[in-house]
Formats: sequence, C-alpha cells, structure tokens
Amino acid sequence: MSSDRRPLILMSPAILWLFALMVVPCALILVLAFFRRGIYGGIEYIWTLENLRLVFDPLYFNIFLKSASVAGLSAGIACVLGYAAAYAIATMPRRNQPLLLFFAVLPFWSNYLVRTYAWIVLLNREGLIVNLARWLGYQGELPSMLYTEEAVVIGLVYNYLPFVILSCYAPLLRLNPEITEASRDLGASAWTTFRRITLPMTVPGIATGFVFVFVLSIGNFVTPALLGGGQFQMIGNLVYAQFLTANDWPFGAALSMVLIAVMLGLLMAQAVVAERASGLKKGQGNG
Amino acid sequence: MLRLSIRSSACAVAVFTAFAAPTFAESLTVSNWDGYMAADAMDSFNAASGNEAELVLHATNEEIMGKLIASKGIGYDVVFVSSPFAEVLNNLGLAETLDHAKIPNIANLFNEATLLPHDPGNTFSLPYAWGTTGLCYRSDLVDEPTSWGDLLMPAGDVSGKTTMLATDRWLLAAGQLQLGYSVNETDPAKMAKVRDLLIEAKKTLLAYDDTTFYAKLVSGEAELVQAWDGWCNYGIGENADIKYTIPAEGSDLWVDTMVILKASEHKEAAYDFVNYILDAKNHRWAAENILYKVPNKAAMDGVDAGLIEAFPNMGMSPVEMLKFEQLRDVGAAQRDYSRLVSEIKASN
Repeated sequence: MSSDRRPLILMSPAILWLFALMVVPCALILVLAFFRRGIYGGIEYIWTLENLRLVFDPLYFNIFLKSASVAGLSAGIACVLGYAAAYAIATMPRRNQPLLLFFAVLPFWSNYLVRTYAWIVLLNREGLIVNLARWLGYQGELPSMLYTEEAVVIGLVYNYLPFVILSCYAPLLRLNPEITEASRDLGASAWTTFRRITLPMTVPGIATGFVFVFVLSIGNFVTPALLGGGQFQMIGNLVYAQFLTANDWPFGAALSMVLIAVMLGLLMAQAVVAERASGLKKGQGNG
Repeated sequence: MLRLSIRSSACAVAVFTAFAAPTFAESLTVSNWDGYMAADAMDSFNAASGNEAELVLHATNEEIMGKLIASKGIGYDVVFVSSPFAEVLNNLGLAETLDHAKIPNIANLFNEATLLPHDPGNTFSLPYAWGTTGLCYRSDLVDEPTSWGDLLMPAGDVSGKTTMLATDRWLLAAGQLQLGYSVNETDPAKMAKVRDLLIEAKKTLLAYDDTTFYAKLVSGEAELVQAWDGWCNYGIGENADIKYTIPAEGSDLWVDTMVILKASEHKEAAYDFVNYILDAKNHRWAAENILYKVPNKAAMDGVDAGLIEAFPNMGMSPVEMLKFEQLRDVGAAQRDYSRLVSEIKASN
C-alpha cells in the first residue's frame, strides 16, 4: 500500500458515516423548505418560496433576533468568566493545572438534561436558593428566578463555560513568558502588559470560545424549554414546534436552513480570524 | 408474589396458545401514549388471543400523525389519538371503516359515547378515555376559582403562581371560553381578541406546562393551573388540598380514541385488540389506574366508590360532560392557531 493513499483509506469510514447520516439527511430536510405544507401536515410537492419568506416575517425574524441576543449575551458572559478561569489556571503551578482542568470539564461527565434540571431545583420558588435565604432569616417575597430570560442565560452560560475555559487555556499556556517579561522590563504595568500583549495574542482562543457558545446557544431548545418555562421561545423551540407539534415540516426546514447558514457563516468567520492570527504570529516570528 | 403468579400463568397460557393456534398468530403494532394502558395489556392480549402484538409509544398526537401521514398509515395497525386527529385520519382516508360485528364489546359503551359529534355511530373511531379541561388549584392557598378569568387575570397574590397548558388547542381554549367563543372558533377578528387576552395573561404566568403542572401544585410553586381532569387527579393523589373545578364559562370535551388503520395488514387482530380493550374489566383498569374517565358504562359501573370519593371528577356523568363542546379538527385554520400561539409565546 502506498503511503499517500493511507490517509484516504483511514478517513473514508468517518467520511462515509458523516455523509450518509449527516449530509444526506440534512440535504433532504433542506429540500423540504421549498415545498408546500399539506393541509393536514403532509408535504405537497409544489415548488414555493413561501416558507423562506415566512422566516423573514417580523414575528419569526424577531424570534431570530431574540435568540441571537440571548446567545450573544450568554457567549459574552461565558467568555469573561471562562477567560478569567483559564488565565487563573494557566498561571498556576504547572503540576496543579491538570487537576483544575479536570474540574472544569467535570460537568460534561453528567447528562445535559440532568445539569439543566439541577437549575430548576436551585432556582424555583420553593427551591434551594430561596430556602437558603429563608434559613438565613430573609422574610420578604423573592422575585421568581426560574422561567425567565435570565434563567435561560444562566443555564446556557453554565453548560457551555467549559468550552471557553478550554479554548482560552491553550493559547494562554502557549504564550511565551519572555514576551510578557520583556514588556514588564520595558516599564509597562501589569495591566498594560495584559491589555496590550496577553489579551491580543489570545484573541483567537476567545473568538473560538465565543463562536462555540454562540452557535450552541442560538440553536438550543432544551434550556429555553426547561428554564424558560415555555414562555420564552428561541429559534430552536420554533423549529422543534414546526416538526413536532405544528407538523409544518417545510417551514421548520426553512427555519433550520437559515439557522444553519448563520452558524456556518460564523464558524467560517471564526476560522478566518484564527487563520489570520496564526499568520500574524508567523510573520512576527520571521520578522 | 401476586405479580409473579400472574406472569407465570400468562406464560403458561402463551405457551399453550402458541402450540394450539400457531397459524393464527398475527403480529400487530399498536401506538399509544406511555403509561396510558396496563403495562401487561399487550402480554395478556397476546396470551388470550395468540397474537404477537407489539406496543410502540408516541409522546404527542402530532408525533404519531407525522409518522402516519408520511407512511400513509403503513406499519401501524391500531393508534391511540385524540379525536380531532382521528378526524384527520378519516379525512385523509387512512382510517378503517369499522365493522361493528367484529367489536361486540362496543355494547359496553355509554350511549353518549356512540354519538360523539366528531364521529356519530363510531364509524372510524372508538372512544378510549374522555374528560374535561378546567382549573386545578390548592384549596388551602387560594379561593375556589369560578371563572377562566381567575386564571387569565389572577388576583395580585396569585399572580406569578399560575400555569397554562402549552399545547395550541388548550392554550387557546382558555381564552376562547373566557370570551364566550366556541373552542373551535377560527374567525380572525375573534381570534385576535383571544390572542390579546392571552398575551396579557402571559405576563402573570409562572410557566406554560403540559407535563409537570401538578408537581408544581404539590410543591407550592404554583397555586392555580389549567389542567386536564385526569392529570389534576395525580396532584390530588399526593395532596388532598388540591381540587379540580370547571369554571362557569365551561370546558372543552376532549376524547382520546382508538383508530384502526386502513393500511393494516392484520385487521382481524386489530379488531380483536380494540374489542379486548373495550372489555369491561380491561377498560376499568384504565379508569382505576390512570384516573381518567372511560366512556365504557360496564367499566365505570364497576369502579370502586372510594376512588370516586377521592377523585370527585371521576364521578362526572356523560350527560354532564356532553354539555361541553368537543374539540374538532379545524382544518387549514390549524396553521393560524400555530401562528397565534407563536405570537403569544414570543410576546414580552
């Protein structure tokens, strides 16, 4: 066997798997977006752009915008918290770092649904937080924390925070300490060094973390359904409803198509940012 | 011990019938909601009939309808769906026209259950369970509600402690009933009023909840919820202060039905199965264990009086229930309903 064919042979099972179980079903769903819904939920094979037009109807488009703002807020908060945690871990003594990283990803060992349910136990009106406040002597009525937009953001940040920690940790660790030392030697304060040296050099990690959280959040439907109490719809819930309750597969397909386009666009932008940044580093190294 | 002996005797019967009538064994696929019939119903039906019936589950009407419409009904023999969906199956030509001669237990049904507006004469569907949708509340925390307005425009101290059903038809029905409209109203101007009322109501709501509302009542998280009578009973079972009431404006009458599919290749077994379910003893199991009323006179007559005392809505008579309008298929207007619900849920 010639060695240049080996990668192809090794990759082909994975490619076949992805093609048969991911690309083909996705293509089938996307084609549905251009057909008409039958009166009882079947599909009439009559070509139409009506479903795509409906996606940009103010009602549904606003749900898109709302989802994007919730996903953006969650990704922003996750980046601040995650970067701080990654920075703390990366500056710890080397031997402690694996254990801390282990704790950061520990929540992934349990089921997403269970972790989300845990927040219901914590936040509900008769839940642990309220009972703790009462036990500490607080008498007044507490505002409902569960089934709100804030609860959804909390749930999304909590569930996706480890992605940001991991994506920021790697570039922080790779950062050459001599560069920051040089900055300090030349008279820059610790804050200036962080702001002018550390932060810009780790932007690709932050961008990766942000895009990951954003993309995972904008299409999420479990967290808004459980922590939003059904009162708060994100685009994922709308897609879910089209396929499973409204039986309007063509419209659900059209919504998915736009959602996938947004996600692909963001992932490609993130790839470009990462590519530029690595090119920049190379350029600096040569120059 | 009891369960063991039942199971072993069932096995014995199964073994016996397998030898006795191997040529008649038919495989049968039945789709039902989880926990909506006796856990051993399939085994005991198989033991009694020598068939090889298999139960598959669906979580919602819409889920099974999606599958049936996509497959033109092929792959299923008997499905349990709510009556508006049975109507759709009939309109699409997927439902078998029932031969009553093959369902002698149909005689067990209440007369009212054979004249239901969606299918008078049971030509394509057989009612399995029926009931009302009303208000389920904590009588130790709130006064007895008398109107849908008590849910939709709650008093200050109840505000934020109410839930509504999340499924389109029932969510809208609360508003339709409050405004004095039919639960099948489709007029756009009237439905816009329903939407506006429900958008206002959403501001006072704890959550939309189809599945855990009674648990929220038990924990005290909610004090007043829109509920199906049978599900309110699950709350009553855990806390006797929980009560069920139908507001003055009324309720809908919902009916869950069994439909045999025209595409079924095992029609004889399918008829045997629905007949088996309509048997007084088998149907009574549903009433006594899932705490829903069943439209089977022979079954309800035998229900333990203590059960009706503990769960008063179990004692509601067919005459009382039929005062309420049945949910019907609204055809193309269903898409408008979906949109209205999206508008309500997307409002702030």
